[in-house]
Amino acid sequence: MTDTDHTPVLHPATEPLDWTYATSREAADLVSVAETYGVFYDGDFHKPLSKNYLATINPATEEPLAEVAEAGPADVDRAVASARRAFGGWSQLSGQERAKYLFRIARMVQERSRELAVLETLDGGKPIKESRDVDLPLVAAHFFYNAGWADKLEYAFPGLDPKPIGVAGQIIPWNFPLLMLSWKVAPALAAGNTVVLKPAETTPLSALHFAQIAAEAGLPPGVLNVVPGAGQTGAAVVGHSDVDKIAFTGSTEVGKEIQRRLAGSGRRLTLELGGKGAHIVFADAPIDQAIEGVINGIFFNQGHVCCAGSRLLIQESVAEPFLEKLKNRLETLRVGDPLDKNTDVGAINSRAQLDRIEALVAVGQREGAEMFQPSCALPDRGFFYRPTLFTGVSQSHRIAQEEIFGPVLSVLTFRTPEEAIEKANNTPYGLAAGVWTTKGSRILWMADRLRSGVVWANTYNKFDPTSPFGGYKESGFGREGGRHGLLAYMKAEGL
Amino acid sequence: MSAIVAALPERPSRAAVQAYVGGAPSVDEVAVFERVASLATRSIKKESKMAALELAVTMCDLTTLEGKDTPGKVRQLSAKGIRPDPIDPSVPSVAAICVYPNMVPVAKEALGGSGVKVASVATYFPSGQAPLDLKIDETRRVVEMGADEVDMVIDRGAFLSGRFLEVYEEIRAVKEACGPAHLKVILETGELGTFDDVRKASMLAMAAGADFIKTSTGKVNPAATIPVTLVMLEAIRDYSALTGVKVGMKPAGGIRTSKDAIRYLVVLNETLGRGWMTPDLFRFGASSLLNDILMQIRWLKTGRYQSPEYFTKD
Amino acid sequence: MSDRLDVRKTHKLFIGGQFPRSESGRSYPALDADATVVARVALASRKDLREAVRAARTAFPGWAARTGYNRGQILYRMAEMIEDRAASFSEQIRVGGLSKKMADREVGATVDRLVWYAGWCDKFAQVMGNLNPVAGPFFNISVPEPTGVVGIVAPGAPALLGLVSRMAPALVTGNAVVVVASEKLPLPAVTLAEAIATSDLPAGVVNILTGSPSELIPWLSSHMDVEAIDITGLDGSLVTAAEEASADNVKRVIRSETADGQSPYLIAAFTETKTVWHPKGM
Repeated sequence: MTDTDHTPVLHPATEPLDWTYATSREAADLVSVAETYGVFYDGDFHKPLSKNYLATINPATEEPLAEVAEAGPADVDRAVASARRAFGGWSQLSGQERAKYLFRIARMVQERSRELAVLETLDGGKPIKESRDVDLPLVAAHFFYNAGWADKLEYAFPGLDPKPIGVAGQIIPWNFPLLMLSWKVAPALAAGNTVVLKPAETTPLSALHFAQIAAEAGLPPGVLNVVPGAGQTGAAVVGHSDVDKIAFTGSTEVGKEIQRRLAGSGRRLTLELGGKGAHIVFADAPIDQAIEGVINGIFFNQGHVCCAGSRLLIQESVAEPFLEKLKNRLETLRVGDPLDKNTDVGAINSRAQLDRIEALVAVGQREGAEMFQPSCALPDRGFFYRPTLFTGVSQSHRIAQEEIFGPVLSVLTFRTPEEAIEKANNTPYGLAAGVWTTKGSRILWMADRLRSGVVWANTYNKFDPTSPFGGYKESGFGREGGRHGLLAYMKAEGL
Repeated sequence: MSAIVAALPERPSRAAVQAYVGGAPSVDEVAVFERVASLATRSIKKESKMAALELAVTMCDLTTLEGKDTPGKVRQLSAKGIRPDPIDPSVPSVAAICVYPNMVPVAKEALGGSGVKVASVATYFPSGQAPLDLKIDETRRVVEMGADEVDMVIDRGAFLSGRFLEVYEEIRAVKEACGPAHLKVILETGELGTFDDVRKASMLAMAAGADFIKTSTGKVNPAATIPVTLVMLEAIRDYSALTGVKVGMKPAGGIRTSKDAIRYLVVLNETLGRGWMTPDLFRFGASSLLNDILMQIRWLKTGRYQSPEYFTKD
Repeated sequence: MSDRLDVRKTHKLFIGGQFPRSESGRSYPALDADATVVARVALASRKDLREAVRAARTAFPGWAARTGYNRGQILYRMAEMIEDRAASFSEQIRVGGLSKKMADREVGATVDRLVWYAGWCDKFAQVMGNLNPVAGPFFNISVPEPTGVVGIVAPGAPALLGLVSRMAPALVTGNAVVVVASEKLPLPAVTLAEAIATSDLPAGVVNILTGSPSELIPWLSSHMDVEAIDITGLDGSLVTAAEEASADNVKRVIRSETADGQSPYLIAAFTETKTVWHPKGM
């Protein structure tokens, strides 16, 4: 005993604790970023024949991270030739051997998931808790899932004798760089194709580190090739006559250009494009979980999600209390340093995207919608945007029609299920929709009528390698995930 | 402030109570688990961790509810509650010592003017299977004997068979019998089966006058869980929006580690905000939790991992 | 020679269950293998095509909402109606120069094809749908749904079997179609319309236009209210132009290797996969 005169601290405490969590920053040096990166083909990195490099920056600090080769037509040509050379051997390898390569890659991704998560956050601005808890686990899962198909393809498609298509050109976006890589690379390789992958210009690093992993896994040279660059590099991949299949994820505008470009070529195409997801909440919904669903639907990954629930359709009878709860919840979102493990909303991916969000929000204000933003402080540097809510929105407003691809939610109301369906479907897009109601038969009634590739009922933004994902209408065609996803990389009589 | 449900009138009819309970929104279990899992990834470090641990100590209802309880045991527990860590005087006292009715006078005497409250279980804890007049009588007696706080159990049988008015009136009657003592209403969530019913029972208990709603007796498995606590906190939030009344929350049973305690506080902080971060409105019903918190506090202060043998077991 | 004057059929379009002439008032001669005019058929205009798309759009939701069992019954009925007119069909096919034996065989194959697809209506979702074993407490199901309004360019030949082979898989899951018939051999398509009209198929689910693909396809492929187009029957520069125009609304373009194949994967080509998630909780 050191102190016999202990006076108890009296209950009750005088003031409630003002508990602000201290910063808990993931160490940026968990990953070593090289100064420069080349073009990856023939199993190795090469200096770009184009001699051009593009800087990739950390959008949270605006500081440069690395100089990355900008692959020109000659570089793309080398990469395609590398993929072509590798195709014969890879496609004739037994399915089981191909499977084992992919399993091995899945394991290596798991082993290095922490560093890859940090890299993803550094290069793209997404909160570390999302890279760590969503992106990386799903990346590994996609390789595991598709690995197992490689030697079972004849069971995936009854009655077919499916064959790989050849060289797949894959162009992926900046919102989920490594996850989109896995959605494309894993099924393509499982089916026996070889790949030329073009990552997005603002987020090339994880794909290049992945190429290194593939090389370390002993994947035969040429099976996976990575050609970093911007739109022109993508155009070179699309335009290359020795690429047999194009898979693109990105904007509807670019998707249409690609579709035009491939017209008459006989080359295969799948597109995962934009969306303007309707998130429908009925009065009988599990309200507090619906609030979380709506928050997750639009603020997950700063709203840089093609299937984001960017249009909230709330039944009029509960609109007022629901919006009050929603606004209160917005106040608790933690916006800031993406490397802080407690950050909910990270950095906008690029200056250009921030400009676009700001421009569309200005349009929303001009159109007369009422804007709400929480009072949170934003970092002094880097690209950040406050979570934003627009109420009093009508279908005719641009913010109800155009994909903003940012943390901006447009709120509309409806009175009956028919009206909800009419409004939800009243868009050129058809990627995803959400429905919250406790009534089972209504869920099925709604699910039947929503013209969208994914319907999340009493949940939102769920992804799984076994679950096909993709759009109706101008949200694209083809599916990724499940056995449907493999079909995009196979050819056969009758297909 | 608008709300999802409408408030209950002063002397409600059976129909009004049925409608009020039925008006509680449903709860999606999977989404509740997800929300809790997401909040569990909050990374609490350094000063904020120390602040949380000290707060958690002041929120403890240090509990012994056993057939083998003796005056000696209760005296030792009371001493521990007043001064949880004999070698570290900066560690605050707990909120209350929670005992069976027979032990109330012992605890009252042992705690003296320490400021630590005496909480007594009542209403034929833990089953509550007794006539109402006996429950009221028991409540009056424990308050007379010195209980500052009364932890009652609801009649789960009545609730599960849809006799909501009966449950409501019983809580009201016990609340009246409490006089100045604070009333904590135990829902025994482990026997309710679904979160929908937890939410309904929470709304019912608050409308009937509960100062706190509490998860469990500790005699039924599962006892407190973070998901069920979140559901109850959301009900408290709705009730506050509806009436302006701030009701407290007490998860009890099964909370053993400081890591658990911090997770509860994260859920509390993010659901109800700063206003509830006080022992006036949040308690942990626990027995072994306290020592784990003390070990964590010592580790934060010394930078050395601790052995349980250096902390008193009372 | 009989002393009775026969009554000739006017070969019209088939739009929304009606048999209008072309709004343009035009027609063109259908020739046999010797270039003899055997009949005049309506020469559809872009406005006829617009009306056909409108009719298909109107009919689509109701047809898609029918049960698979019901769609199967109707496709089977369609087969019955073709069988019943087998002689007429055979005669019209022979206009193209086929022997009676070959023509009869084509009619028989057409009937059998419809019967085959009729049987798929209540099975396709079982074979192509999935219960997906996701890693979490969710019910997750993928179901095929019809794409919507589908434009079909019927193969030049075989005129009847090709048309039905392209059209039937689209109808199985509930699409509504606008068919541009074989330009050279339009007569079986007109008779097919008459058979369909007595098949209990809701008006507008199938619309058949006779006319010039080079005139009609640019309008069909650029139509913003058409979700998919089957250009198996198209060749040459029209293919590229149709594919280019299809990009305007991200139209699905189907181009099969065979004019008259049959496969459940052809049904799949006219579908969208919808995946529905729901939590499993108490």
